Amino acid sequence: MCSEGEFVNPTAALFNVQNKVTAQFGSDNVSWVLNILFYVIFIVFIFYGQRLQTYVMIREVEGSLYKLKYIKEEGRKITIETIKEIGKPQTDPTSRVDRFLEYFTIGPQNLDPAGIVWKLEHILDVRDTRFKDEVKLMAPAADETQTNNLENTLEAASALNFIYKVIRHYYLLGKKTLSLYVIMQIQMILPMIMKEAEAYASALKAFAYGQPIGDGAGALVAAKLMHGYETRKVEKDCVVATVPFEGRTAFVIKAEGPGGNVGKPGDAVKQVVEENEGKIAMIVMIDAALKLEGEGLGEVAEGVGAAIGGPGVDQFKIEEELVKYHIPINALVVKEDVGDAVSPLRKEIFDSIDTVIERVKQVVSERTKEGDSIIIAGIGNTIGIGQ
Amino acid sequence: MSQTNASAPTTRISAFLLMVVFVTLALSFVALIFAAYALDQNTEAAYVLMLLGVIGVAISTYVLYQTRRRLSKLKIVVPPVLTTLECTACHEKYTREFVRGDYIFKEGEKCKKCGGRTLITAIYREVKDKEKDKMPF
Repeated sequence: MCSEGEFVNPTAALFNVQNKVTAQFGSDNVSWVLNILFYVIFIVFIFYGQRLQTYVMIREVEGSLYKLKYIKEEGRKITIETIKEIGKPQTDPTSRVDRFLEYFTIGPQNLDPAGIVWKLEHILDVRDTRFKDEVKLMAPAADETQTNNLENTLEAASALNFIYKVIRHYYLLGKKTLSLYVIMQIQMILPMIMKEAEAYASALKAFAYGQPIGDGAGALVAAKLMHGYETRKVEKDCVVATVPFEGRTAFVIKAEGPGGNVGKPGDAVKQVVEENEGKIAMIVMIDAALKLEGEGLGEVAEGVGAAIGGPGVDQFKIEEELVKYHIPINALVVKEDVGDAVSPLRKEIFDSIDTVIERVKQVVSERTKEGDSIIIAGIGNTIGIGQ
Repeated sequence: MSQTNASAPTTRISAFLLMVVFVTLALSFVALIFAAYALDQNTEAAYVLMLLGVIGVAISTYVLYQTRRRLSKLKIVVPPVLTTLECTACHEKYTREFVRGDYIFKEGEKCKKCGGRTLITAIYREVKDKEKDKMPF
């Protein structure tokens, strides 16, 4: 013991303790302890390694879940604020928005697939009408363009809500069962899911403000081609303009803008083909397509087939017309990733529009004769794009 | 129109984690002090203590930095969206920030140069790409 006030050198005290321990057990004993410690750790990892891995994965998913929760809450907040600002509702729309976020659609039974396209189309029509009615009730002061934009905003918020709930489900299930395989399923695809959620988060603002999005590349090409020419409405929510194009007559089709709308290009193409009694020399479809990592944003690629996404109803209808009248079909796509497709239009995509028009001219002049009639269909969400 | 969200993110930092970090930090400082004392008496031990102290400080600082970074990543940042207007008479082009109600092919305000009719010809956002990876593919 030291007397009071005497200075104690802490290092000396530490070495004193170390010397006493070595004297007591000897340096061989210390290496024994270390050896035993190593074996204990080894055995623990043999039996509990998977569990530790599960905990690490759970922590990782938990971190992403916090982020998803934040994005989802922000999405809900932005939606409610936009509805209040644009729609001027008499009552608070919060409860109605919350109800909307939980909406679901049940696809048709596919045990007997004959006629499934028409059943799917009917269900999608009912869904669309229901969504529009709900938005009108939420935002009575909104005009048609704003109603379409609000519908898109609500759909993006709903998608975020769904993603959050699915990830939360797997997280809680993984935590409850402590099963590596339950949590691993979600952990492996988490980076892609987060990318999609972030894309929807930026889409929300684009929809709320009515800004053009990357998916509208096809619609923008059609808008540029038909601008200055008289347009007429065709089935459903689409417009068509008759445009002289490289000595041919082009029927340029796009969804009616500038509200958030994809229309039903399948019906529009069918109507124009039938009006011309099938005398269409070629159909050219332009759409945005998902790019692979390594491909450049806004790259233009050319091919054949109906370039149109969605549930497949419109693609089916276009293909029916092609077969009926033996019409050749060409496709041009603008490459972009999922984030760019739903967020405000990137300059690279905008700059590629002129390239697409040049390629359309090339395709048309190489594969049709002067005086022929052709259809040019610009596919995609026409939000923020007029005609 | 650039929007950054100022509201506080709905997340929490585990109190246990913070406690562990601060205890590690404190112990690391103690190790460094011990190392300073031991330098003249036992150089070998001083170096070991110094190494332990530096590693401890580095790890705890890194964990604290990561926690902060996770919070800052929780903001939805939308880059500014620009609207380009083009005069139909003198073809003068000018760009301004996007305002709600703008759409491509909408008639814009009067031309600043000739007072003619303008048309919105472009709406886009410009993203400054991070330095491209030096990948050969």
